[in-house]
Amino acid sequence: MTLPANVSGKAYVLGDNVDTDQIIPAQYLTFNPAIPEEYRQFGKYALSSVPPAQAGLPKGHIPFHTEDEFVSPYTFIIGGKNFGCGSSREHAPIALDAAGIKVVVAEFFARIFYRNSVNGGYLIPFECAQRLCERVCTGDDLELDVASAQLHNRTTGETYALKPLGEVAPILEAGGIFPYAEKVGMLNR
Amino acid sequence: MTPMTLTEKILARHSGRESVQPGDNIWIDVDVLMTHDVCGPGTIGIFKQHFGQNAQVWDKQKVVIIPDHYIFTNDKMANRNVDVLRHFAAEQDLPYYYDVGSERYKGVCHIALPEEGHTRPGEVLFGTDSHTCTAGAFGEFATGIGNTDAGFVMGTGKLWVKVPPTMRFIFEGELPPYLMAKDLILAVIGDIGCDGATYRAMEFDGPGVYSLNIEERMTLCNMVIEAGGKNGVIAPDQVTLDYVNARNARRVPYTPVFSDSGARFVFEKSYDVRKLQPVVAQPHSPDNRAYVNDIKGTKLDRAYIGSCTGGKMTDFRAAAQILQDKTVRIDTFVVPATSEIARGLKTERINGHTLEEVFLAAGAKIGEPSCAACLGGPADTFGRLNAPMSCISTTNRNFPGRMGHKEARVYLASPLTVAASAVTGCITDPREYIA
Ligand code: SF4
Repeated sequence: MTLPANVSGKAYVLGDNVDTDQIIPAQYLTFNPAIPEEYRQFGKYALSSVPPAQAGLPKGHIPFHTEDEFVSPYTFIIGGKNFGCGSSREHAPIALDAAGIKVVVAEFFARIFYRNSVNGGYLIPFECAQRLCERVCTGDDLELDVASAQLHNRTTGETYALKPLGEVAPILEAGGIFPYAEKVGMLNR
Repeated sequence: MTPMTLTEKILARHSGRESVQPGDNIWIDVDVLMTHDVCGPGTIGIFKQHFGQNAQVWDKQKVVIIPDHYIFTNDKMANRNVDVLRHFAAEQDLPYYYDVGSERYKGVCHIALPEEGHTRPGEVLFGTDSHTCTAGAFGEFATGIGNTDAGFVMGTGKLWVKVPPTMRFIFEGELPPYLMAKDLILAVIGDIGCDGATYRAMEFDGPGVYSLNIEERMTLCNMVIEAGGKNGVIAPDQVTLDYVNARNARRVPYTPVFSDSGARFVFEKSYDVRKLQPVVAQPHSPDNRAYVNDIKGTKLDRAYIGSCTGGKMTDFRAAAQILQDKTVRIDTFVVPATSEIARGLKTERINGHTLEEVFLAAGAKIGEPSCAACLGGPADTFGRLNAPMSCISTTNRNFPGRMGHKEARVYLASPLTVAASAVTGCITDPREYIA
């Protein structure tokens, strides 16, 4: 996807250190994301290894979607520290994208997950100095203004300032590393 | 010119610049791209989508494909993925494809890469696997990337990176016989946390590091990703060069690189290794450190010795030292990382018995070289935790569900600690068996 001006929808809240094994367990990595029908499958198993008590905070025990659904009702993931730590599997941002997530907000991201989200153009990863996973509740209705990095919580009326996208904005705007590299003259096909 | 760290220097050279600084975004030339059966099919898909069905990889000599994750399984999808690699390697006429079921089959990619001479000081290695950082032990810049980045490299031989600031860890003194590199890196991760090196390089230095053999140095660099590190690196010495030259059959030229004196580190910490103790990481995070001594007696159901972290000859030698003439009390799984190591278990002896004989006599089961249960995998994977049990393991991750069952509890430890615990059935300090 390229960068939209606004994103709105419901939030699904998780805690710290959500690792890629929780986001997409290893047994499903045999699907090949290059095949569209199999890409869809990742949505079905997205977040399936999150411990139930940590799933859908603050209360927990809120399934991301029911077992036979491919797409979740959520648009935003709100996480804590070190979101996406663990393996380099691009299947992790792919699983969230396939499940309908557009934006992930975290205090900070693990490096490879962040990079994969941006370079593959799957998700918009925003960092926020505030600990939003303790302010936003699963199911809250959020609205994001991408350019100003302001996240408004329609349910509580609060507004949070996210960190600007900075140097990855042009890559997200282009839609990933391939169109970006073409634009800056690093790719001649 | 501003002095640079080893990592900065390698990146500068590969970007055609005199110097770089942490935070710079640069395009660099890649020396080796590695992929495997989990991320290879996706990478190949992206490569073809963007460069065309008939596109050729940028340099056949520089693309290495090593199936290792889901190998000895009846899972049809897993087998299909290996077929995708096989077909691509044939179509592209790739010289470095290590096919399943052939004489060339290797096993775990991070150990196969150096064995086959694909790791060299001063180079840039990208792999579609987060533990690609293992190769930093050879004095190179090595890190994990996703399918899209790898598809890009496959077509262009280039990638953009952000230059990381470097943290330096100095180990003073020589390791006592009851400690291994695994204890050092678990101690570091316990200190800085599993996000302590996010967006950073971790350089290891000091006599404690240079007294380690190359496999132990690989264990140190292997787990930097568990602290969030972008890469781990150890400057090459004679031990490195001897290993690399012995394996570099094609005589590929390379230039060792070292940190400049006066290079800036964002963080420095020294350890006196003589004062450290055996460490475990408790469930469910590699930074959940405890001293073995403080939690000894914790009941276990299973022990696992294998993976790119703990499935090398040095790891099995250490385990065999404890397991000889003893019997394990819990199911114990031994998985050599590569076929070369599997052969080593049959040839290397300890008090007249091969390591394989020692393990079998102790009651352990030996699997085929591959990643096996390190990352769970299909239900029929050797050693996979299919029930909510407790396992002590020489692997690198103990996240929920990592080795199979979501509620299984995994303790990460050195091969010495795992072997000692296998003998008693509960967490046991290796000092009870070795002076
Ligand atoms: S042995 Fe484990 S950590 Fe190493 S490459 Fe295989 S799955 Fe990954």
